[in-house]
Amino acid sequence: MSAGFPKDISEQRLEQVVRTLTEGLSTPAPDWVPNPAKSPGGRRILSLWLPRFAMERWLITAARHGDAPPDDLPLVLAVDKPQGAQVHATSRAAERAGVQIGARVVDMRALCPQLRVDYADLPGDRAALHQLMLWLRRWSPWSAVDGADGIFLDTTGCDHLFGGEAAMLTDIEGRLSCLGLSSCAAIAPTIGAAWALARYGGVRPVCADADLSATIAPLPVRALRIRAETALLLNRLGLKTIGELSAVPRLSLARRFARTPLADNPLMRLDQMMGRLAEPLEAPDDPPRFCVDARLPEPVQDPADWLPELAAQLCADLEAAGLGARRLTVTVFRTDGLVSSITVAVSLPSRDARHLVRLFEGKLDQIDPGYGFDLITLAAPVVEKMDRTQHRLDGKVEDGTELAELVDRLSAKFGRSAILRPAPVARHIPERAEAWRPALAGEPPVAPLIALRPLRMLDHPEEVRVLYAVPEGPPAQFVWRRQVHRVSRFAGPERIAPEWWADRPGTRLRDYYRVEDQHGLRLWIYREGVIGDGRGNEPRWFLHGMFP
Amino acid sequence: MSRLRPLSKPRPPASQPATLSEVHADRAVDAAAVAFVLAHLDAEKPLLWIQDRLSRKETGRPCLAGLPRPFRILHVDVSRPVDVLWAMEEGLRCRALGGVLGEVWGDPQALDFTATKRLALRSEAQNVPAWLIRRAAQAGLSAARDRWRLRSLPALRHPDDARAPGDPMWRAERFRSRWDKTGTWVARLEEGALRLDLGMESQSLPAAQALS
Repeated sequence: MSAGFPKDISEQRLEQVVRTLTEGLSTPAPDWVPNPAKSPGGRRILSLWLPRFAMERWLITAARHGDAPPDDLPLVLAVDKPQGAQVHATSRAAERAGVQIGARVVDMRALCPQLRVDYADLPGDRAALHQLMLWLRRWSPWSAVDGADGIFLDTTGCDHLFGGEAAMLTDIEGRLSCLGLSSCAAIAPTIGAAWALARYGGVRPVCADADLSATIAPLPVRALRIRAETALLLNRLGLKTIGELSAVPRLSLARRFARTPLADNPLMRLDQMMGRLAEPLEAPDDPPRFCVDARLPEPVQDPADWLPELAAQLCADLEAAGLGARRLTVTVFRTDGLVSSITVAVSLPSRDARHLVRLFEGKLDQIDPGYGFDLITLAAPVVEKMDRTQHRLDGKVEDGTELAELVDRLSAKFGRSAILRPAPVARHIPERAEAWRPALAGEPPVAPLIALRPLRMLDHPEEVRVLYAVPEGPPAQFVWRRQVHRVSRFAGPERIAPEWWADRPGTRLRDYYRVEDQHGLRLWIYREGVIGDGRGNEPRWFLHGMFP
Repeated sequence: MSRLRPLSKPRPPASQPATLSEVHADRAVDAAAVAFVLAHLDAEKPLLWIQDRLSRKETGRPCLAGLPRPFRILHVDVSRPVDVLWAMEEGLRCRALGGVLGEVWGDPQALDFTATKRLALRSEAQNVPAWLIRRAAQAGLSAARDRWRLRSLPALRHPDDARAPGDPMWRAERFRSRWDKTGTWVARLEEGALRLDLGMESQSLPAAQALS
């Protein structure tokens, strides 16, 4: 590699890291042999391809929730396109059944009627891939995400720590398969070559500097990271492999693709692959960690006295970085070798030390101090960007923060699931028309008001016993909670059909009536089904809500 | 008819000093008390609504689509009445709220004179109205400045449908008040605002004629 390569600084840092890591090692790992293929100044790039990342991530999540589908069920993930849902990822069973990525879901359903379809979570996949990229820094501190299904690692000088390059590739693929991810990895002197070998180069290829051109010569031109149309054009010109392409005189190739941008230009891609054109690896920085600790000379039983000072330190760090904490963890390290911790969550990012300390009130009793502890750490594992806000001149705080702090205090005391905000949902079954979401998740939109809905709704409709039924309308008399209600007036019915796309087959429709009883109590009752709908016996009556 | 005379228009919310009021529901399942309280509250600001477990199981949750005005609700689900009081006190520290509404079932030990006094003082200090809805409860000792008892009356005649109930009416009895008169009124909503009419005798009401 040339001396003026822009990644020099990164390599210096990397070698420093490697030096510090190897300082203690007097002898190298036993199965390590010096790699003669590696030239001293050359860069080593590892390209990792996760061919089924979206599907495997979906399967891992499903397995965690305990509803993993059987292996032989064809399964696809779809994305919405203007022409309708399109297949984004397939399971192995679906692939065997002939389902193709990029085809329309309806077509594939015709091909394979038992196909199960779920929607792909593209932002979630991107975030998961970013997390995986950070996790891969256990092998090399210099990693970057590559597209939607790949990761690059700059492993220059790292491989001997894991017993050589081949052993490192085996280690990485093994650990990923333990996570449930299938992967293909390759190591080569350039990014382009590593990318090509990971996808088209066979099983765990390692390419040395010297035989780079020989290794990549038989690969197809698709391996140049160009678009499918360009690859097709090259094929039509008779250029099937990279070797054939590199045999073509430079001048004619340059003239033919003079106006093509870099990402799609075969000549420039080839130069990148051969190391003639610089291609730096842009690795994002590690996410910052916020953690402060107090080391105590004597073991203590109660961390409360140290918290304000720790919180002030942490908030100063957060302020310097322009961030606010969303979650806080206090961890105490006991003298008898045990660790216990308490976590609180915050609804809006905050760096107000006084407020954060108050969230721990009453929770510190949950810590079991044992014989005491001598190290307390306060960490902010989840942080968010938080702009500096100016308070009003009269010293009052804006309404939003005050309310958010109230939500935090209540959530810290009663738990996240106890503080809820109702949010409207576009569904017409009354109990499904509102979703109760944790208030920590943010403010929902305002619901439209419907005059025909009750003020109170029971969590579960309660069955009423009809004493005196009439052919039309609600019962004239019914018993609810052992009280006889005589219907004096009623309005309705309002018929609400079941959601056939979500309900079990055989779910009956509901006819809702607003009734007023002899004492002026206004209730919302419904009949489930009608006589002769073929979905069960005599319809039953339920009470669902109360009107004012 | 002649005895029906409006006693007092409800005071506009701005002039009304915020304080702790208590509403006893005559029948536990009656939603009149809730509607009466909501008519007093300001929908501009968020509302903290706290229910204990029994209130929630017996009388249900507030239904978002059926509210009289678009309130922004922050709902707190707690199991014990003492937690309702704690959450109400905590909510009364926050001036951003338009009101704090607590529902307590029965006569818990924790809800004594001292607890209500604390709520009343804090509510007045922060100028956030606090309302306590009590069901299946005795009207025992309490420091609430206004104490009401609510009950549904047969509704007004429906303008279009003689068989259907129309606008709701309630019997509102103020049985204890620190500053105002006690008495019994017929309460109803008129264009969203609460209207109290004197004259409890149901014969004097237009609604009585609507009853079949």
